Amino acid sequence: MHSTGTSANHASPRPESGLWEWLNLRTGLDDLLHATLDEPIPGGARFAYIFGSGLLFIFLSQIITGVFLALYYVPSADHAHKTVAYITKAVTAGSFLRSLHFYGASAMVVVLFLHLSQTYIYGAYKGRRELLWFSGCVLFGLVMAMAFTGYLLPWDQRAYFATAVGTNAVGEIPWIGESIKRLMRGGTEMGTLTISRFFVAHVILIPAFIFALVASHLFLFRKAGAAGPTNENPYQPTRKAELFYPRQVIMDLSLTALLIVGLGLLSFMIPVPLGPAANPADAQYVPRPEWYYLPIFQWLKYWHGSAAIVGVLVIPMLLVLTVLALPFLDRSVERRPWKRPAAMAAYVFLVFSIVALGLRSEYLDRHDSGVAQQLAKQNADEDDYMRTPFKPDLSSASLAAANVTLADPLAAKGKTIFEARSCSACHGHGGVGTAAAPALTGVHKEFSSDQLAELFKHPTAKMNAGGMPPVDLPPDDMKALIAYIERLVP
Amino acid sequence: MFDRDLENTTLPKTRPSELSPESRRSFLGVLLGLGSVLVSALLSVPLIRFSLFPLLRQTTELKSSPVGELSEFSSLTEPVMRTIQIGQVDGWRKTVSEEIVYVTKDSQGQLRVLTSICPHLGCTVPWNKGKSQFVCPCHGTTFAADGTRISGPSLRGMDTLETSVEEGQLQVRFQYFRQLVSDKEVIG
Repeated sequence: MHSTGTSANHASPRPESGLWEWLNLRTGLDDLLHATLDEPIPGGARFAYIFGSGLLFIFLSQIITGVFLALYYVPSADHAHKTVAYITKAVTAGSFLRSLHFYGASAMVVVLFLHLSQTYIYGAYKGRRELLWFSGCVLFGLVMAMAFTGYLLPWDQRAYFATAVGTNAVGEIPWIGESIKRLMRGGTEMGTLTISRFFVAHVILIPAFIFALVASHLFLFRKAGAAGPTNENPYQPTRKAELFYPRQVIMDLSLTALLIVGLGLLSFMIPVPLGPAANPADAQYVPRPEWYYLPIFQWLKYWHGSAAIVGVLVIPMLLVLTVLALPFLDRSVERRPWKRPAAMAAYVFLVFSIVALGLRSEYLDRHDSGVAQQLAKQNADEDDYMRTPFKPDLSSASLAAANVTLADPLAAKGKTIFEARSCSACHGHGGVGTAAAPALTGVHKEFSSDQLAELFKHPTAKMNAGGMPPVDLPPDDMKALIAYIERLVP
Repeated sequence: MFDRDLENTTLPKTRPSELSPESRRSFLGVLLGLGSVLVSALLSVPLIRFSLFPLLRQTTELKSSPVGELSEFSSLTEPVMRTIQIGQVDGWRKTVSEEIVYVTKDSQGQLRVLTSICPHLGCTVPWNKGKSQFVCPCHGTTFAADGTRISGPSLRGMDTLETSVEEGQLQVRFQYFRQLVSDKEVIG
């Protein structure tokens, strides 16, 4: 800081601009700031344009909360659920951050829908904006992929079964579906490899693609320029432009503030529950995806057997291709919605269908008493699980040691003899071996019970030399001791 | 010299008058900047609390282990061996291991719990009924019933463990001690 002061004093007669001037001469921050803030918006700032920045904000929030959650999370079938329980029940502010991340995903889908709708209704994909639209579509897919992969990670009942259904749906795709499903799961069944794959996709692969695409999306947006109001020419704006800063910035920030307050309150008042650990053997569990996947879930119910190819492959592919090719299909410069009845009809039809499918799924669940009962029970199970305090995971080494004593009373008796005779002095606790004597774990593979008894009674010369005394025990005790030693695990 | 000249040429600027839109813009900028800093600071509170959790609470913990009812040890005549289970909490996991301890009495007749690990080289020391002594099977150090060293290579007596009584239960806090030194020194 010392050098900062002197150089500023030398150079500038105005000390109040010292630090900024110093930084600016070296970094060009001023130009960068101007380039960012002085983006011209034909026709002026509007609330309709705020959703893009809203998405950027949520993305940022998801990155930050995600990185923090990774401080405690372990991606394996053994530990995923336990570590999320630890985050939710034990770690300070853990439940809040997890809820923020969880609701953030929903907010992302909502704001994405609004952003997409605004772009579509305003005809803002017109004029040299094909690539901009295209990158937006890919980002939409990536966000949905983030929601899908992140959902599994807590490995509770809800997560497990929703992902089982989701990956099964992928398996419905003709010819290649089964292979893709197996690839996603890392095997034929869901398991620890599935978590690893979903984890890598969720925290490394997809975020990397999102970063790249957000950068391209912003670049392409600035290159094409803001489209402005609907009566503006998409190629050559004619209206007086207003700069992004300050009014549009303030409008954008108002959405950000709304999101902060909304997500914060929601996370605080209704923390996201964690259910009991995934139990693949639970045949009763009724899986339901998160709300934004309900329409697809319901849609897939209608397509089975030979018709599946139409519903699972043909129609979705056609829809995706149509959406991607939209700027090529619709070449007119007309942007006013009321002059584009076909486009608006298609939009209303699509949104209506999606909402109807989602509502239909909800309706069916409520009116099937069996399902409704089971869903209510599942929710109650989650609440019960949330009420139990956090219990640490017993490490596998502890369990092995405990099982020996629990399983067999003879071995249990042998264990007390092993300790009372100070066998553990040289052979170590649990017979794991020490510097003084070899391990006893696994000796039963080399010697039969009779051979072991013989060796204990009459140690070999080598054993004698090592300090092994003859073991003189009543036959019953010897039997117990050998039963214990035969059960030792390393 | 050249650099200095270049710097000077870029610096002189026409100062905007106090009420120009330029200065209103920068006033607003400062306001927005301050607001953002304030909101970010507020939002970082849960993040900080989340990551500082190991400072706020105990994340690793050695639980004390029950040895037995106090009444069981009221008429001790010689050290009795007990296997205790030691629960070690380590974040979200817990390890349970077993260790052997002896319950005995000190010279004042107070209950004392000794670890069975020889302070010499770590062998498990058994109680020798015949000799009324602890005799280490590895290098022959002998200890009295209260754990004090009698003879042999060990540099100190058997190590006593911290005890407490909870609802009539004798509890012990198991710890490991450095071997081959004359003063008891906790490790781990």
